[in-house]
Amino acid sequence: MSDTHAQSVAFVRDTMIPEQAPPASEAGIIKWMRENLFSGWFNTILTLVSLYFIYQIVTSAYPWFANGIWTTSSLAECREALDGMTGACFSVLTERWNQLLFGFQYPNDAYWRPTLAFFLLIVALVPVLYPKAPRNMLIFTAIYPFLAFWLIWGGTILIPIVAMLGFVGGYFAFKQFDHQSFAMGLLAGVIAAVVVWWVGGFATGAAPNLLALEAVPSRDMGGFMLNMILGTVCVALSLPIGIVLALGRQSHMPIIKWICVIFIEFIRGVPLITLLFVANVVLAYFLPPGTNFDLILRVIIMITLFASAYIAEVIRGGLAALPRGQYEAADSLGLDYAQSTRLIIMPQALKISIPGIVNVAVGLFKDTVLVSVISMFDLVGMIRGPILASTEWNGVYWELWGFAVFVFFIVCFSISKYSQWLERQLATDHR
Amino acid sequence: MKKLAILGAMTAAGLTAGAASAATLDDVKARGTLNCGVTTGLVGFAAPNANGEWEGFDVGVCRAVAAAVLGDPTAVEFVPTTGKTRFTALASGEIDLLARNTTWTFSRDVDLKFEFVGINYYDGQGFMVPKELGVSSAKELDGATVCIQTGTTTELNLADFFRANNISYEPVPIETNAEAQPLYLEGACDVYTTDASGLAATRAAFENPGDHVVLPEIISKEPLGPLVRHGDNDWADINRWVLNALIAAEELGVTSANVEELASAPGDNPEINRLLGTEGTLGEMLGLDADWAKRAIMAGGNYGELFEKNIGENTPIGLARGLNAQWTEGGLLYSPPFR
Repeated sequence: MSDTHAQSVAFVRDTMIPEQAPPASEAGIIKWMRENLFSGWFNTILTLVSLYFIYQIVTSAYPWFANGIWTTSSLAECREALDGMTGACFSVLTERWNQLLFGFQYPNDAYWRPTLAFFLLIVALVPVLYPKAPRNMLIFTAIYPFLAFWLIWGGTILIPIVAMLGFVGGYFAFKQFDHQSFAMGLLAGVIAAVVVWWVGGFATGAAPNLLALEAVPSRDMGGFMLNMILGTVCVALSLPIGIVLALGRQSHMPIIKWICVIFIEFIRGVPLITLLFVANVVLAYFLPPGTNFDLILRVIIMITLFASAYIAEVIRGGLAALPRGQYEAADSLGLDYAQSTRLIIMPQALKISIPGIVNVAVGLFKDTVLVSVISMFDLVGMIRGPILASTEWNGVYWELWGFAVFVFFIVCFSISKYSQWLERQLATDHR
Repeated sequence: MKKLAILGAMTAAGLTAGAASAATLDDVKARGTLNCGVTTGLVGFAAPNANGEWEGFDVGVCRAVAAAVLGDPTAVEFVPTTGKTRFTALASGEIDLLARNTTWTFSRDVDLKFEFVGINYYDGQGFMVPKELGVSSAKELDGATVCIQTGTTTELNLADFFRANNISYEPVPIETNAEAQPLYLEGACDVYTTDASGLAATRAAFENPGDHVVLPEIISKEPLGPLVRHGDNDWADINRWVLNALIAAEELGVTSANVEELASAPGDNPEINRLLGTEGTLGEMLGLDADWAKRAIMAGGNYGELFEKNIGENTPIGLARGLNAQWTEGGLLYSPPFR
């Protein structure tokens, strides 16, 4: 058949044409721009307008950054150095960086302690945040809170050690009696912990200077360190409390259920700032004169209560989203309440709740700046109070607030990125 | 029922807080430090410096009291308070003395149960406008937009002033002095009003202070002074007379430079002798030793020295003495005699 038309066909290709590069308008950057930036008259206009605004912002902000002065020691000197040019006085950051990060009362020669605590925090968080990290690291995570307390507050190392031994003793006692009943185990654990702490009290009293770092009172904490302390401690404490509250709210036992409901609804109905005022000023009226109940502790308690109520509601949403069948499946396997909750219900409910929990955590972290209203010198408090009120730096705004925005953005953005990563890791529904 | 009982007990404990701390002097001595309430930061009056040490005009009062009572001007625990927390901090006994540029008013003295021990700064509310507005008197401000801090006496004074002069204005509410500065500079309001000392400090921080003028009208009285709790008159006396000692020292020419010499032996001026304890028993009457005033003056200098160092004309704030000059120089500072 093929040779019938041989005389009428001038040329028959018997090899493939070599691959050609696609036309310029259909490949690479041009294609991308045509599709994404100029895919119609309306989008083209939008693109051009946006480009104009970006150009304006960059050209007007660039000299401000480029001419920035980093070495003067007061605003007046900085303006002299700028000599009428547009420029930022970043020297407020170089001169007061320690106050912005650690507050103005933390001893200068002890800055390495909170810094070390911060880096160890990252190490301690790795096994919690990344399921693939070696499990042995969890031991360090368990030790970390006590280590961080010792590093930041100072004092003898015996106090955190005794505190830790109390928890260890309580845990073993719990294990000892756990097989009888959960409540028995809990009771034994609490008793053991209290006994250890009571005995340990004598030990710390006897050797108050053993391996002691210079003690720093809570009143001297400040700067971004205070935001980090409040944020980490309150998030870490409010998660377990929130889980317990959420389970309590679903309980069939009316007393537990109503206590949880009233607690959650009361806390959610009150603004955080009023709770902080209660912690700061009202409690002082009720406590006997002379008692000085640590202010940071009071604030931590209040913020934790506040956050745990919100987290409880988020987790309740996760619990409600689980199909009824999951509960029934757990029951049919013969698991008791603690086992089914721990092994079947909670892992699924928590997975659903991740975006909500992260939302609360980020909000909480940012809410820690509210403590500046009750005269604690966190990052915002330092800027609003001492730094803007010093004769040297009265009148510097953009540089300081820009720095605060930058620092908070880094932390909050990393939390949010992590949570998105975690959601992808835990996605088992193959959608 | 049990909860109620506990709550009741706690309330009772709170109510007895004032009574139990009646002997503030003994508490301070036992503690070894003076708990002094200051502002969280006000230019020239109280702010920590780059090394974290508190400095300022109000801080000077705290240090003088600590020096007189405890013999050490650094034995002060500064408790920063905001406008909202200052009175509860004092009433609850958290602080022994509040030196936080607080205006002495009838209701604070009588109703809130505090004792103002004197006046360390006579302030008053003024107006600042850009020069280009061409205004020379506050009465020409008809229809102006005014930046004003909410919840302060300045807000009420402003309304009174404009109503009395039958002119209109549009308030722009702001929270703190720090917020007011950029708003005013950006032109969000034509006029900024607050205490004259605050206006001077704000203006001094501007890039071009010469472009702005403070109008001559002062529309209110703002006598600022340290205060203590009601009910402990001995402690109030100590604070009152430490402040008076600083004022009298300036009048009598006693400075931090010559106080040592003047106190070493009785001199020709009997009032200086009584003040510095080389004659008479004034210190003993206060429950302190004879050198109390000498130490208070050495802590930061007399009133005039404190003023010059922190807010005077050679500082960036550049306040003139004005009403705060000695009565002999046309001001209002007038210490009762040391006798």
